[in-house]
Amino acid sequence: MSQPVLRAEGLELAFFGVKAADGIDLEIREGEFLAIIGSNGSGKTTFLNMCTGYLSPTAGTVYLGEKPITGMAPRRIARLGIARAFQIPQLFTDQTLLENVMLAIASRRGIWEGLKPLNRSVYVEEALELLALFGLERHAETITGTLPEGLRKLADITLALALNPKLLLLDEPTSGVSAIERFSLMEKLMAALRSRQMTALFVEHDMEVVRRYADRVVVWDAGKIIAEGNPAQVLKDPKVVERVVGVV
Amino acid sequence: MTRLLPLITAIAVLTLLLLPVVLPWSQFIITIAIAKGFAALGVALLLRGGLISIGHAMYFAIGAYVTAFMMKSDMLGDLALLLLGSTLVATLVGLIVGSFLVRFRAIFFAMLNLAVSMVLFALFSKLYGLTGGTDGMRVSVPAIFGNVLDKAAFDGVLYYVCIALLVIVGFLVRAYFKSPLGYGLKAIHTNEVRLEYLGVSAYSITLIAYTISAALAGLGGAMAALSIGHVLPEYAYWTESGHLVLTAVLGGIGGVAGPFIGSVFLEAVHTFAVDFAADAWNMILGATLLLVIFFVPRGLFGLFEGKPAKRASADEETGDTPNTAIEGGAK
Repeated sequence: MSQPVLRAEGLELAFFGVKAADGIDLEIREGEFLAIIGSNGSGKTTFLNMCTGYLSPTAGTVYLGEKPITGMAPRRIARLGIARAFQIPQLFTDQTLLENVMLAIASRRGIWEGLKPLNRSVYVEEALELLALFGLERHAETITGTLPEGLRKLADITLALALNPKLLLLDEPTSGVSAIERFSLMEKLMAALRSRQMTALFVEHDMEVVRRYADRVVVWDAGKIIAEGNPAQVLKDPKVVERVVGVV
Repeated sequence: MTRLLPLITAIAVLTLLLLPVVLPWSQFIITIAIAKGFAALGVALLLRGGLISIGHAMYFAIGAYVTAFMMKSDMLGDLALLLLGSTLVATLVGLIVGSFLVRFRAIFFAMLNLAVSMVLFALFSKLYGLTGGTDGMRVSVPAIFGNVLDKAAFDGVLYYVCIALLVIVGFLVRAYFKSPLGYGLKAIHTNEVRLEYLGVSAYSITLIAYTISAALAGLGGAMAALSIGHVLPEYAYWTESGHLVLTAVLGGIGGVAGPFIGSVFLEAVHTFAVDFAADAWNMILGATLLLVIFFVPRGLFGLFEGKPAKRASADEETGDTPNTAIEGGAK
């Protein structure tokens, strides 16, 4: 079996008595595309927030490889190799799409490089290459704050990809994307991940997306993992159907 | 228009170089305008990151007072040393004060800067034995690489030194704006969360910007002290800080030239208003600012700038709503 890229042990966190993580143990293996599903408020995004340093668990530890990263600042965790795409796109809304991606590339390569310009060919070329993954290159010169939600979502994922992370965390990558385009988006995303041999975890509400693309699925309920395994089997589990999937 | 910018810049610099020959009375006004322009550039730099400082006149005052103190020493009274020493001290104070203040944002950042500047104003006013109190300190004419000139000749040299520094420092600040650090500063304005998630310390980016802005204001203060020949606690007063913000907004924060355009414009309005409308110059200034805000929102520099970056086409557009929250209830 391949090595775990990320390992969570006994994570616990509660908001005013409501348990968002109640003893979470989870491993994400190298090269895996792991899906997390669960009803709203079950603690999925909280898990991502704990893995990326935005929240600290009251108990338990998150390991990246063998290194404990619990309580580290998000920027340190990002530098260690975990990138995140958000449910609500997080962009620099008064800068162009190209500038957004170039800034992400510069962050990876070292932003502390004195007064060399950002828009030099090495950054421009890589940024355009990344934008082309989702067909965004024609919007390169557009201010991101004026882009439609679907395109902003893709831009947000592109920023995360620009960090070339060991592990990519995607929070509902297909939300805000039209029903017609979601599979096309996932195909492009999967191709990008495979070509970069990237491990990824994604929180998702669309069961068809989970069924088609996830290697493994973990089911969340009230801060606990209630099922885990192959999507085809897990999504038929009566307990999962009742609490998460609904009518199949 | 962007392509014409180098040409416009060259014409502007050439005009500045020739102006004292054609209009000798303009020399002092332009020197002061450049000095205040440097301080306004510091304020504009922070505004790019969405940070409004209503206390930056303190660094202008520090630059001016350090110049006055250095002039008291026989060893340090040389133009180059004075400009360098004043800028260095302002930079150092900016770094120390900034290390506390850049943790704050919005009104808290503005008010804390105001508070620190007013403490400094009080110190300059009350420490009579050291600073001359409200009478201020006289700044005599310094040497230039060992050569002592009379005041008129020195002012002429200072004018051209100011223009040389305007060009050199202007290009350096422009390079900073175009560098990843400069873009990182702009990113602070819209999305610090994303910046941190890209592995970048928003604190460091902001502290660097704050320190640079203090250095610029300190340099401006030294120039003003040398040109006027006298320093006063009022240099650090809050109205002066407000004046710097006004200059930056009026001139525009889109480029290095903006605050200098704003500063020259304000000094000119001030000078002419004293002659033609002595009681109404603040009204003229207010009306001008209103016109600029309504009709040239990118400031006077916006008139020379290229077109703003493209917005999504109307059928795609969803409106610009800054993203600030991480979904999931996390705070």
